[in-house]
Amino acid sequence: MTFQLFVFFLFSAVTLLSAVAVVTMRNPIYAALFLILAFFSSAATWVLLEAEFLGVVLVLVYVGAVMVLFLFVIMMLDIQIDTLREGFIRYLPVGLMVAIAMAVELILVMKSGVFNRDIPEPSPLSVSNTESLGEVLYTEYVFPFEIAAIILVVAIIAAIVLTHRRRKGVKKQDPSKQVRVRREDRVRLVKMKSEEKQ
Amino acid sequence: MIPLSYFLVVGALLFSIAVAGIFLNRKNMIILLMCIELMLLAVNLNFIAFSHYLGDVAGQVFVFFILTVAAAEAAIGLAILVTVFRNRRTINVEELDEMKG
Repeated sequence: MTFQLFVFFLFSAVTLLSAVAVVTMRNPIYAALFLILAFFSSAATWVLLEAEFLGVVLVLVYVGAVMVLFLFVIMMLDIQIDTLREGFIRYLPVGLMVAIAMAVELILVMKSGVFNRDIPEPSPLSVSNTESLGEVLYTEYVFPFEIAAIILVVAIIAAIVLTHRRRKGVKKQDPSKQVRVRREDRVRLVKMKSEEKQ
Repeated sequence: MIPLSYFLVVGALLFSIAVAGIFLNRKNMIILLMCIELMLLAVNLNFIAFSHYLGDVAGQVFVFFILTVAAAEAAIGLAILVTVFRNRRTINVEELDEMKG
């Protein structure tokens, strides 16, 4: 067994075991932490496949940002774990059945020999993965790249709008109301007789 | 050294585990979102494996975009989750049935 194969088996085993832990853990916090472990070890697998840039991005974006967001949300919400766990045993047989059937089918296809490819030569050290990715990203895929930027902006705005909450009892100006105000709202002219001098 | 099918099998197993997770945790919205992330991870692994073995960098570009969209999806999903919890005090999927006919 070569060293590469050993590394591959080690990291894939960690990925798969932590994935199982994610779906079976009682506490969502532990599930999130195991998901971080799964991301981390699959980043190592990606580096093994000479996708160093994406491996680093996976750790930075997923472990650094998305999973921290998950942990924030889990800790902020007051979740009753017990009620959410009902039905775990009830759905265990059907879930396992579907998963096993799916895995067997997929593995039969993957192992059928259609996907037999020659093992590529390791690329020389002078070739940079980041550079080759950037070369196509900013030329051939420049429009998808811009669309990705727009999607991110839309996501930012959507997240803010969804979670924004107007608190009651806060004194703040509303310019549109200030502009729309009419004289009748502010001043009331009352006609009355002046009193007689006595 | 490592055949392509090994990576594909790992991806298939990861995807199946995530599908099982959706069946098992069908009440907890947070775990459901995590299972979707696991599925995307399996898909990305397949993309990168094919990209390496076919010598084409396009697969990695696709993974780049999937990561972007997945990050946006996670952000919006969690925002919806927070709003749902604020309004209903629960994230149990079974109780969110106002739209049921």
